[in-house]
Amino acid sequence: MELQKFTYDNRLSNMFLWATVIWGVVGMLVGLTAAFELIMPNMSGNISWLVFSRIRPVHTNAAIFAFVGNGIFTAIYYSTPRLLKTPMYSKLLGNIHFWGWQLIIVLAAVTLPFGLTQSKEYAELIWPIDVLVVLIWVVFGLNLIMTMVKRRVKHIYVSIWFYIATWVTIAVLYITNNLAIPVSWSMSYPIYAGIQDALVQWWYGHNAVAFFLTTPVLGMMYYFVPKASNRPIYSYKLSIIHFWALIFLYIWAGPHHLLYSALPDWAQALGVVFSVMLIAPSWGGMINGLLTLRGAWDKVREDPVLKMMVVAVTAYGMSTFEGPMLSLKSVNALSHFTDWTIAHVHIGTLGWNSMMNFGMIYWLVPRLFKTKLYSVKLANVHFWIATLGMLFFSIPLYFAGFTQALMWKQFTEEGFLAYPNFLETVTQILPMYHLRAFGGSLYFIGALLFVYNVVKTAMAGSLVRYESDEAPAKAEPKHKEGWHRALEGRPLQFTVASLVVILIGGLIEIVPMYLVKSNVPTISSVKPYTPLELEGRDIYVKEGCYLCHSQMIRPFRSETERYGEYTKAGETVYDFPFQFGSKRTGPDLAREGVKTLPNYKPDSWHFNHMMDPQKVSPESIMPAYPWLAENEIDLSLTPAKINAMIKLGVPYSEGYADQAVADLNAQAEKIAAGLQASGIQVDKNKEIIALIAYLQRLGTDIYTTK
Amino acid sequence: MKIVINSLERIAGVEIYPIISLIIFFAFFTLVTYLVLRTSKEEIEEMSHLPLDDNDFHQSDKQSSKN
Repeated sequence: MELQKFTYDNRLSNMFLWATVIWGVVGMLVGLTAAFELIMPNMSGNISWLVFSRIRPVHTNAAIFAFVGNGIFTAIYYSTPRLLKTPMYSKLLGNIHFWGWQLIIVLAAVTLPFGLTQSKEYAELIWPIDVLVVLIWVVFGLNLIMTMVKRRVKHIYVSIWFYIATWVTIAVLYITNNLAIPVSWSMSYPIYAGIQDALVQWWYGHNAVAFFLTTPVLGMMYYFVPKASNRPIYSYKLSIIHFWALIFLYIWAGPHHLLYSALPDWAQALGVVFSVMLIAPSWGGMINGLLTLRGAWDKVREDPVLKMMVVAVTAYGMSTFEGPMLSLKSVNALSHFTDWTIAHVHIGTLGWNSMMNFGMIYWLVPRLFKTKLYSVKLANVHFWIATLGMLFFSIPLYFAGFTQALMWKQFTEEGFLAYPNFLETVTQILPMYHLRAFGGSLYFIGALLFVYNVVKTAMAGSLVRYESDEAPAKAEPKHKEGWHRALEGRPLQFTVASLVVILIGGLIEIVPMYLVKSNVPTISSVKPYTPLELEGRDIYVKEGCYLCHSQMIRPFRSETERYGEYTKAGETVYDFPFQFGSKRTGPDLAREGVKTLPNYKPDSWHFNHMMDPQKVSPESIMPAYPWLAENEIDLSLTPAKINAMIKLGVPYSEGYADQAVADLNAQAEKIAAGLQASGIQVDKNKEIIALIAYLQRLGTDIYTTK
Repeated sequence: MKIVINSLERIAGVEIYPIISLIIFFAFFTLVTYLVLRTSKEEIEEMSHLPLDDNDFHQSDKQSSKN
């Protein structure tokens, strides 16, 4: 048969590769800053856009979408044409994808630190950027699918299925989770409230881990582990089962982020069962990756690329074992809201994602620049520093997690909380935070060595822009096609099949929550927020308070003793977006405003605490928010916000928007006057007033009827 | 005080949802496994070699250095 000649253009993989390197350093540096801010709370020097709660989303978004994201695209633009024996479908689409993605990252970096956020974890970007993400994602998908259509090979290799599943699922998740009513160019309210919003968010959040940090990286593994070891994957059959089982199961697991919350029990149970079943396909993938290296362990001893990949796949195995364990209700009761979660995700990101990225880049740069790696020794040093850094990061946080959880739950013999003061449980684990910062520093130093090594390698060679290859034109099947072949042979149908598989899980999980909407448990005493409280809530969201304070009291005696009555679904119906949080670096605030509870603090306490937390509690690790007393509440949007709320079904009376500002001023005046009586001079139009109003409202509704 | 009504108590037979999910998954998984086991060895072999089948000059370097 006639051989057709064609060339691969390495330009885009090269561009994505350097973007990965640059954003990787940036993302890790921001993470390191955040780690140090937790042990030196006022390190940010009262600069609002450097404070922990503003930069934490910058770190997570940079690590996920900039570092891992660009790494994935490097792999996709390199492996797809080679696996399909055809150049990528369109250079133009590829360029739009590259520059569009970098633009999104830059826009994220200049909005998040300034408090422009939707507050949903890993979906913080404001709505105009979301629209751009969707457009760029479509461009990327079009290029990928059309390349599949144009291919010269019969079979589509398993890596490409993982890429396609990534594309389809992220599209569905991203759009569903970001549906919102815009109030201005930088502000919107999600169309879901409270518990429904939480379910949709964690359906997204968990699957962002599954379909952005896992499936495409498995695609990388299935391509680059065989390439780097020069042997085929251990079991291709296993990879087919692995693929379908993984994407089918993952989509259901989201509710394990909401165990013991106000989410209905059946949904929690569903999340747990599917999370536990996930061990099987996850370990199938890990075993497949590791066994590929059987008989090649001598190579692993010498080759830093393979070493990194082995640690990556092992870390994948560890975190996919730990994940299902953490989703068991009894384990979750301990682990949730503690540093255990942080340790868990960093085994995934520092171990699995980053090591895969490092390994791939160490392998790729010498090939793209037709030279040898500048220093294998340095790469080995990087490997050890990174591995140790990861362990120094995670192990102390595991201890911190266990310790704090046990302290929270400890009762004295007389039946009182052993550590009623939350701060005691924080100071106990501070040494672990120091060790974490040390581990993070090690990891970062390793990353700098990596940058030096790959830059020197690239400088020693020159970019091989085009590589030629040849393959027969796509042959028509001679014999009857197998089932999977038939499916693979039709990229669009394959895409649709993946879509159907993930939608089954999504729909069964989420639809019942909507069926309930008409008869949601309304609690008659739960009333909409006043305009001032609503503004205060938006400030709470903007400052990122939810990153350290939960608003979800679980039904345990240790929590109801500490924080008050557990949180009910019906209390959250006006919460756009929900503010359950996922980590308690500080105490839960769900009932902060209830005067009869031990945690209650007067307005003046909140004011002083926000201005200088250490003055109020010397050992506190909360940063100061002095700008809250300087910035004025933006009243120009208040009526629009009320109208948006009315559209979302919040029962403000018709035309209330016109009266909202007057009501807001009246309430603010009262609070300012109260503060003045305590000797605090502050204008009623300052942000702190709105925030205090919101905090004092929290959790009070169901107590008013008692 | 029972002011909260558990949200899903009012949907008749909601407990059927998780059971349906399990059944769908089990059926799907069995089908995929059955089909995979039936796929011919040659086809599997051919597919698993796809990543290695290209002109990687480093790979050919290694091979030539072996000779």
